Amino acid sequence: MASFTRGFTGRSRAPRDPRLPPGQYDAGSEWPVLTAEPTPRLDVGRWTFRVEGLVDTPATWTWDEMHALPGSTYEGDIHCVTTWSKLGMTWRGVSVDTLLAAAGPRPEATHVMAFSHTGYTTNLPLADVTDGKAWVAWHVDGRDLPVEHGGPARLLVPHLYFWKSAKWVAGLRLMDHDEPGFWERNGYHDRGDPWTEQRYQGD
Amino acid sequence: MTGPGADAGATQPLLTPPRPMPWLAARVVAVRPETPTARTLRLALPRPVPFLAGQHLVVRLTAPDGYTAQRSYSIASAPDGSAEVELTVERLPDGEVSAFLCDVVEPGDELEVRGPIGGWFVWRGDAPALLVGAGSGVVPLMSMLRFARRTGREDLLRVLVSVRRPADLYYDGELQGPVTTLAYTRTAPDGVTRPLGRLTAADVEPLLRDAATAYVCGSPGFADTATDLLMAAGVPASAIRVERFGPTG
Repeated sequence: MASFTRGFTGRSRAPRDPRLPPGQYDAGSEWPVLTAEPTPRLDVGRWTFRVEGLVDTPATWTWDEMHALPGSTYEGDIHCVTTWSKLGMTWRGVSVDTLLAAAGPRPEATHVMAFSHTGYTTNLPLADVTDGKAWVAWHVDGRDLPVEHGGPARLLVPHLYFWKSAKWVAGLRLMDHDEPGFWERNGYHDRGDPWTEQRYQGD
Repeated sequence: MTGPGADAGATQPLLTPPRPMPWLAARVVAVRPETPTARTLRLALPRPVPFLAGQHLVVRLTAPDGYTAQRSYSIASAPDGSAEVELTVERLPDGEVSAFLCDVVEPGDELEVRGPIGGWFVWRGDAPALLVGAGSGVVPLMSMLRFARRTGREDLLRVLVSVRRPADLYYDGELQGPVTTLAYTRTAPDGVTRPLGRLTAADVEPLLRDAATAYVCGSPGFADTATDLLMAAGVPASAIRVERFGPTG
């Protein structure tokens, strides 16, 4: 076929923002909502977060206990597989490192399954949620995280496509193998690196 | 744990596309306006691409300087084993891809597509379902309804479409039929007795059946309104599948 699409020039574009991975565009002030489930209304009085599976001590935090942990901030970008990115965001919450340290991952743990209060799941290599790369976040750009974006709290793994950042997150289960979560069973990539466009299984 | 994610493991994909999914050259063989802001493209693929009703394709456009843009569009046609599929595209304000597909593309043009994408918001044609949609959210529902008609199982479906006015209704009468309820919000044709307005419990309740899965598709606001109505009417969250169409250009 032709090497380009007849008549298509694309948006007039300044030099491409180096923060945008290939195939992504800057959503600007927009923040699209794409979820597969009814939006849950979670009561922070009953909210919990749990680390379980291959750990020395399974641990559960209430909302207040989570907020008493040392806080951590992420300043940077997020990238959705549907091709929008949001640049220069500020997120606050607690580092997943802090939560894992409390539970004590066993040496054989290699992957995690993040699970949500809705039943949503997503799988990640353990190395993608450690060493300052992942958070449980409840505050974004100066406000509480809105429910449609996963509030009261969601997982934040900003170096991977954003379906990995499970909305309404309820916990992490450490495993000694990989297994697909919700979207991964439904055709999406097991890792989801936006810089190599790991969008779908096999990419 | 309850919710659609929890039992998604029961949904084994019937079809495994080649991995990685290749980009295919798709020739536009026909274009058809649906509403003042939406258009259907009929595409001829180099070979049949098996898909399930409710799935989408990714369309990729390439500029002469190599710049590319890609977006997902739901398939509107029914799975029929052929090498032709229809996508319906709503022109979004400032939509880089949607405006091109709605305003510039002509029969004979080539686009690149890959897919099918999405194994969750799918109807396999063998179980009762309630389809609730608005705006371009009717596109995957049209695929499901066409599939049901093609296989003689329209009885499995109930379809509820919220639409602003008659001119905004997609598919030139094809959505209408014995299992379809239209809910006009602003202007209705003569003879419609339902009061104008957004969906209410009175619209939903006559359509509920035990063991039916609900498929809700539309804008995030519509999807939340519709899922709230369904849950208030007793439909468990685990029986509701949602596809929210966002402004992705």
